[in-house]
Amino acid sequence: MSLHYASNDWYPVADAACLARGPRKTRLLGTDLEVLGPFDHPVVTDMGGRCFPVQVRYNHLWTTIGDDPRPLFDIPEADEPGRRHVPCGVVRVKCSPLRAVENFLDIAHFPFVHTGILGAEPHTEVAAYKAEIREDVDEVWATNISFYQPQAAKSAAGGITTRYEYRVPAPTAAVLYKTCPPRPEAMDVIAIFVQPRSETDCDVWPWMALYDDTTNFADLAQFQQEIFLQDRSILENQRPVKLPLDPKLEIPTRADMTSIAYRRWLKRRGAYYGALTDQT
Amino acid sequence: MSHFTLYTYVLSASCYKVRLMAALLGVPYDSVAVNFYPGFEHRSEAMLALNPWGTLPILRAGDLVLTETQAMLGWLATNHDPTGRWYPAADPALGPQVLQWLGLAARLTGSAGLARLHAILDWPVDGEAVRKAALKDLQELELLLTDRVLAGQTWLVGDHPTIADIACFPHAALSPDAGLEHDGFPAIRNWLYAVRSLPGFVTMPGIHELHELREREPADPQ
Repeated sequence: MSLHYASNDWYPVADAACLARGPRKTRLLGTDLEVLGPFDHPVVTDMGGRCFPVQVRYNHLWTTIGDDPRPLFDIPEADEPGRRHVPCGVVRVKCSPLRAVENFLDIAHFPFVHTGILGAEPHTEVAAYKAEIREDVDEVWATNISFYQPQAAKSAAGGITTRYEYRVPAPTAAVLYKTCPPRPEAMDVIAIFVQPRSETDCDVWPWMALYDDTTNFADLAQFQQEIFLQDRSILENQRPVKLPLDPKLEIPTRADMTSIAYRRWLKRRGAYYGALTDQT
Repeated sequence: MSHFTLYTYVLSASCYKVRLMAALLGVPYDSVAVNFYPGFEHRSEAMLALNPWGTLPILRAGDLVLTETQAMLGWLATNHDPTGRWYPAADPALGPQVLQWLGLAARLTGSAGLARLHAILDWPVDGEAVRKAALKDLQELELLLTDRVLAGQTWLVGDHPTIADIACFPHAALSPDAGLEHDGFPAIRNWLYAVRSLPGFVTMPGIHELHELREREPADPQ
């Protein structure tokens, strides 16, 4: 565990929809917090009344409890005109925040967990792709991924081979770029922002920035919620609960290259909050 | 041809009861996705005009509007099951037993259903209290199902699945979402397996397909 490292990142603690219903009592890295609206002038305090810095980005309210926070990562596509921003609410999962991110990066489970949507038997092969730690930006990237999907997005009319790219800009956030069915030259953006409540318990805020002007909001949000809830029971049953960073503890396969890069990247930056390490 | 319109939310176990019943009976319908969460659209003016109680699902067939899930199951079986086996309402022995089970289904909605919403969406209820109530209801289901097994039966009523099975199934199946695992409930586990193996069965998030059965599908004799 490395609370100090984790405390200097920014985390989502509310969206506009939840603050519209009243203050949100929540927890971040083991600290109980209260988030008070309105969304454009929010206040985040702990139970002792200490105020924490806030910023509104990607339709969420972000805070940090560290003394020397790193800047919040940039998602340049968020500012591209024509994209529809879809905050999908929050889902609580009893798992390590790092396991939630790693599951989001995994393609191999699509045909078995998201059957008929993101994958289908017998199209289970994960073709070779590239996973790397990009030193210039200090991020994990996985590129050149393609996978057959029966219903890649709400806007897809039928099965297509979808192109994917993954980006991990912070230990508890992951961004996915995937083929946009109505605009094959563009990529849809789907992200998860994880709010670590503790090392074994998190709130996950899925968010999308799509080129889709026709599907109504309820259908878009429910498409994403359906997929995420299919993962939830599996995430809650992963053992050990914390993410092992020692490659001897969980044996990876070729399809897990992104996960290998992610774990290596976490280890070398000392991002151990939610991880099982030699030190713990 | 579509027989009704269902106002539905993808993570709702009650909405899933109606989707499952319609699928098992092969009844086509139209869906309208309602942004229950995070939008609370079921409490919007437009939705309250349709259902003043502000709940989901809502079933509309012509002038008929139903807002009680168990009533929807009864409507589907009465109108779309010519065999009468899914809801043997006129049978003096079986009919009342089906209604008795619908009572437990409603209690499960208020216990296991709320415990699940609390665990997943941080619903503002007393999490510990609803979990306790859910555990009690699951124990009752386990005992009643054990009696059925000892009587040589698979289903809750008679020798064919009924709307009682469909009404009780989703909240029992989804209880692990609230940390209430099925390990201590062998009779429930076997019965869940039986429901999942019904021809035409459909899934919802948290209730998976039986992969092992699909592999056993008989080959085409041609």
